[in-house]
Amino acid sequence: MDADTSARPKIRIRGLSVAFGTKHVLRDLDLDVGVGESVVIIGGSGVGKSVALKCILGLVQPDAGSIQIDGEEVVGLRGRALDRVNAKIGMLFQSAALFDSLQVWENVAFGLIQGEGMERESAHEKAVEKLAQVGLGADVADLWPAELSGGMRKRVGLARAIATDPEIIFFDEPTTGLDPIMGDVIDKLIVECVRGLGATALSITHDMTSARRIADRVAMLHEGKIIWTGPVATIDQSGNDYVEQFIHGKAEGPIQMQVRR
Amino acid sequence: MPILQPIGRVFLNFLAATGRLSLFTVRATSHCVRPPIYPRLVMRQMVEIGYYSLPVVGLTTIFTGMVLALQTNSSFSSVNAESATATIVVFAVTRELAPVLAGLMVAGRIGAAMAAEIGTMRVTEQIDALSTLSTNPFKYLIAPRLIAGLTMLPILVVVGDIIGVFGGYLIAVYQLDFNAANYLAQTWRYVETLGVVSGIVKAACFGFIVSLMGCYHGYHSSGGAQGVGAATTNSVVSASILILGANYLITALFFGVG
Repeated sequence: MDADTSARPKIRIRGLSVAFGTKHVLRDLDLDVGVGESVVIIGGSGVGKSVALKCILGLVQPDAGSIQIDGEEVVGLRGRALDRVNAKIGMLFQSAALFDSLQVWENVAFGLIQGEGMERESAHEKAVEKLAQVGLGADVADLWPAELSGGMRKRVGLARAIATDPEIIFFDEPTTGLDPIMGDVIDKLIVECVRGLGATALSITHDMTSARRIADRVAMLHEGKIIWTGPVATIDQSGNDYVEQFIHGKAEGPIQMQVRR
Repeated sequence: MPILQPIGRVFLNFLAATGRLSLFTVRATSHCVRPPIYPRLVMRQMVEIGYYSLPVVGLTTIFTGMVLALQTNSSFSSVNAESATATIVVFAVTRELAPVLAGLMVAGRIGAAMAAEIGTMRVTEQIDALSTLSTNPFKYLIAPRLIAGLTMLPILVVVGDIIGVFGGYLIAVYQLDFNAANYLAQTWRYVETLGVVSGIVKAACFGFIVSLMGCYHGYHSSGGAQGVGAATTNSVVSASILILGANYLITALFFGVG
């Protein structure tokens, strides 16, 4: 997809720093995501990918830095102001995070009923429509989350993320825990949904196959900073040793894993 | 000195925990009185706390009333004061036993369930998902439980009062050969407004404590299944201790002076 990078970025992150106690997770992180662009942040486990997403969503308060969405500062927002910003955002969680106490259709329609005040009947129709969009039949609508397989849970999570037609969608490890075929299915659905909505997408993953499928641009996060960014087509010629090691999954290289012997 | 360090650390941790709980209480309470309120969720919690706790509260209070009648009769017979059995049963059940036992039983049944449910929602990112769907977790999860706990426990205690007194009546009349009409008349004579009202006030306070502890520990749980288990245990233990402490304070308030 051609991103509109000439205009103001949809998401603009500057100098984002987060520490939990003495552990510095993010250090002066800078990142722009253009309107309609799909950016994938790659990086090893525990480098702060999820924390970066949670900062944008207001779930984690950064120690320093700025996050702007459509030019509006979101760091420090609370209550209705934060809800207004979050209303622009859909999120697919790593574990799908479906509400166990609600049926599938209620999960999908949650944002419509609670956030937009839609009537339950209309919301049910819209939920079934969104489920169809992710390849699930109407019979799934009345099931409970506990009755779904891992792949189905991801699809329902995706349907919930796109139910309110958000301007921005976050994907947290969308293919983790899925078999390669289901991973491919989810990636294709993500691309279709993002393009269908004309949304801006920010994903985090360490699955390079998935990253190549869904990204317009890739950013590599290491030790709390973006150390390389570029179009997905150029990642194999990045010239960056860290990126090289990561995308080829080599134990030897500048990235040293903590392995206790 | 090395010995002072751990004491200081424990004291500081206690102060920090008290501060966190106070802020949580203020925030949670404020969401109980500010719209929007979710009537459907409040009703669901009322059914869960009120209706489904009836059997356990009923069984606890009926056996307590029965034991109380037996013990009172056995103890007071040595001073020829068996006739006080009805009075002791009605005083003890309405003032103390029904509210305290109902509070403790509900803490075990409902407080633990709340901590486990909310704790699981926390560690599976469901609470984060609520926030991203423009829904305040305090409004959606905490406030309905607090409102339901506050309103349902007094109703449970009134039912428990009746069942507990009835348990004493059963033993007094059918085992200890009290005259039924006299026993009932004496019971009725000593049902005092202050005793019943103090029991209801205690129940409301205990219901709030049980819900608050369940929600607080569940909301702050971390570390997967082990963390949820710890939250469940902590909610029951802290609610039980706070119930017993609050019971003393409310008793002192109602009956301690004059």
